[in-house]
Amino acid sequence: MLAFVLRRLAQALFVIAAMLVIVFFGVNVVGDPIYMLISPDMDQAQIAETARAFGLDRPIWEQFLIFLKNAAQGDLGRSFVHGESAIKLILQRMPATLELAFVALFMAILIGLPLGLYAGLKPESRSSRLIMAVSILGFSLPTFWVGLMLILTFAVGLGWLPATGRGPTVSILGIETSLLSLDGWQHVALPALNLALLKISLVIRLARAGAREAALMDYVKFARAKGLSQRRIIGVHILKNIMIPIVTVLGLEFGSLVAFSVVTETIFAWPGMGRLLLEAITRLDRPVIVAYVMVVVVLFVAINLLVDLIYSALDPRVRLTEATS
Amino acid sequence: MEMISKTGLKGLKVAILAAPIMAIAGLASAQELRIGISAELSALDPHYHNLTPNNMMARHIYEPLVGQDEKQALTPRLAESWKAIDDTTWEFKLRKNVKFHDGSPFTADDVIATFQRAPNVPKSPSSFNAYVRGKELTKVDDHTIRIKTATPAPLVPTDLSTFGIISAKCKDTTTEEFNLGKCTAGGTGAYKQAEYVAGDRVVLTPNENYWGGKEPWSKVTFKMITSAPTRVAALLAGDVDVIENVPTSDVARLKGDAKLNVTSTVSNRVIYFHFDTFRDVSPFITAKDGSEIKNPLKDLRVRKALSMAINRPAIVDRIMEKEAIPAGQLLPDGFFGTSKKLKPVTYDLNGAKKLLAEAGFPNGFKMKLHGPNGRYLNDTKIIEAVAQMFSRLGIETEVETLPSANFFTRASQGAPGNLPEFSFILVGWGAGTGESSDSLKALLATFDPKKGMGATNRGRYSNPAFDAKLEEALRTVDDAKRDLTLAAAMEIGMEDVGLIPTHYQLNTWASRKGIKVQARTDEYTLATGIRKE
Repeated sequence: MLAFVLRRLAQALFVIAAMLVIVFFGVNVVGDPIYMLISPDMDQAQIAETARAFGLDRPIWEQFLIFLKNAAQGDLGRSFVHGESAIKLILQRMPATLELAFVALFMAILIGLPLGLYAGLKPESRSSRLIMAVSILGFSLPTFWVGLMLILTFAVGLGWLPATGRGPTVSILGIETSLLSLDGWQHVALPALNLALLKISLVIRLARAGAREAALMDYVKFARAKGLSQRRIIGVHILKNIMIPIVTVLGLEFGSLVAFSVVTETIFAWPGMGRLLLEAITRLDRPVIVAYVMVVVVLFVAINLLVDLIYSALDPRVRLTEATS
Repeated sequence: MEMISKTGLKGLKVAILAAPIMAIAGLASAQELRIGISAELSALDPHYHNLTPNNMMARHIYEPLVGQDEKQALTPRLAESWKAIDDTTWEFKLRKNVKFHDGSPFTADDVIATFQRAPNVPKSPSSFNAYVRGKELTKVDDHTIRIKTATPAPLVPTDLSTFGIISAKCKDTTTEEFNLGKCTAGGTGAYKQAEYVAGDRVVLTPNENYWGGKEPWSKVTFKMITSAPTRVAALLAGDVDVIENVPTSDVARLKGDAKLNVTSTVSNRVIYFHFDTFRDVSPFITAKDGSEIKNPLKDLRVRKALSMAINRPAIVDRIMEKEAIPAGQLLPDGFFGTSKKLKPVTYDLNGAKKLLAEAGFPNGFKMKLHGPNGRYLNDTKIIEAVAQMFSRLGIETEVETLPSANFFTRASQGAPGNLPEFSFILVGWGAGTGESSDSLKALLATFDPKKGMGATNRGRYSNPAFDAKLEEALRTVDDAKRDLTLAAAMEIGMEDVGLIPTHYQLNTWASRKGIKVQARTDEYTLATGIRKE
């Protein structure tokens, strides 16, 4: 168990190192941040002066060495644009993104699981076909378009929900959250739904496939012969068995919810770290991009580890030592 | 009797229930103002980053000595008046009885402290040094300062309109502390900083003791909504009361909405084509068979022909949906230092063909146009349209658009020797100072790092006659004379087709009925210019 965890951490370090090199040099290939930072009115001497101040006048490998030296001391650099520590900027915006991702994840489970179960247990019924047809839409419609349609329908047309932003936040145990007020939930509803849409479709498909398979299993037939109630058969025997793949996939998907909420956050003006990343990319704010990638890699590794642990708890046949062999 | 009492009770109940709701609604809508802005601030420190959204927000809290009105003409702000004592000395009379947000009085010492801080903010990505350097400040008395320069400097008042004055108490306050609102002395502006959430919103409250009179809003919230369709939706959904930068495709629809007001004005931003006039062989221009040819853009007749081949009214009508004005120079008519003679070049395809033939290119040539993608309103569509217009002239034209981050580096210094890489590019220029020396100096003056001239001259256009005229203007302190000299320089540059302007953008705001926005040429959205109807 400990060896497994250590091995995972070593792998993570390797991934982080590789990502660092790729991102650092990749951003440099795109362009020179200096032209994104300066006011257009500046003359040549001032442009050179600013480049010098940020170390952008040095060759890229030299910049990289300086970066490594600072990183070894725990300093991932300051945002060119904001002048503050890049990691601090990301961590400041992280609670908003995590909040959005959690709500989206719960939506995916609360909506996707019952619908998927139903479609799996009654595959021939008309409503099951409808569910499956709609889930295809969930997969194939682009997020930005759905987001705008949600805003147009529920915010502009019906006026039920606000179109943009996050509700008022309160601090609970040091964590800022907007989920303690009705206003906060009204604000999070549309962006979370938009972010969850793809995941809902995914859960529907997984649950349906799992339920269809499980329904034909001997233990279900046996339970039925024994005269157990339908509720108990579905709720205990089927549900428990189809949860393993769903937990694995959702665990991994949670990482992508956090990391790739960029589009949703931009459309709904949600003040999370996805928007920060987009802004950083358009302005070539290299320290923020690098720090963001590192945070996301760490997040993915942590989630993977967690999923493995939960997996072994759900299915006693899985032993973590097996994974290392 | 029974009946009456029943309905009476019912009516009373309704009234009781409704009263507080109406009161709350009344309070919230009557005095709170919510504005959707299109760009994110990088800080709330007025001197950290010379960037439009930062400057715009700073104007509410920290006032400059000299103001710019909605047409960018200079107006008295913290300085009541100013005059040039001689060619190299300016005297500014400061406004008396002005107080900072903490109640302390505004004096010359605050101006001196600001002059020390503004150019020296650590980690500044773009400092205000350009407006401060070369100016020696002396305090005559508490409300008079003199500024001495080494050479004649007519633009001193303009320079002083670019940055806000802070209290001397905050001269050592860091950018992070400014963001957190720790400069409690604040500025002298009509609004005080209440809350700043980076990347999300800025909340301001009115300064009760503002020298210019009290503001009608009890609270102003600026929400940063960078996605244009979302900004429009936020206005339609009632999330915000005012939005800036309305996308051109939505203007017509919003104008037709009885619940909304739309206002616009011409901006100080010109969209233009800049092109290679310095290389003998230009990298993206070849003969039609792909073989190398002499750079045709060095020939004035070719440049004229290209300008005549651009159908400006068509661009304005069809691509910009009338949210633009055809351009004949670098700033719209009426701005300081613009020519009254210059008009947009008339579309004349046959004339253009004739000129091209005269220049020795009866069959045209092959050229690739470059431009940014999403930096200016409809930029990609404009380049594509112009490429088609050039094709009609017989020039085989290709188009490549790039993300801003990539485009501007390459357009400025992408070729070996840090030279501009492209042959023919679409770019835009906003004259921050609101007069034409800004544009002429940056775009058309001969590239010369020592003099600080031609910094954004990405075609390396160079014309000694133009340079001489511009330098003469930059030495002329007398406003009327300088206005004429700048106009003359503009005429030289435009008649020689140093670059090809196509149109001026319009700045457009939309608000809900009952709220009126003062449209400004500098793209600023100022709460001080938003009033109840």
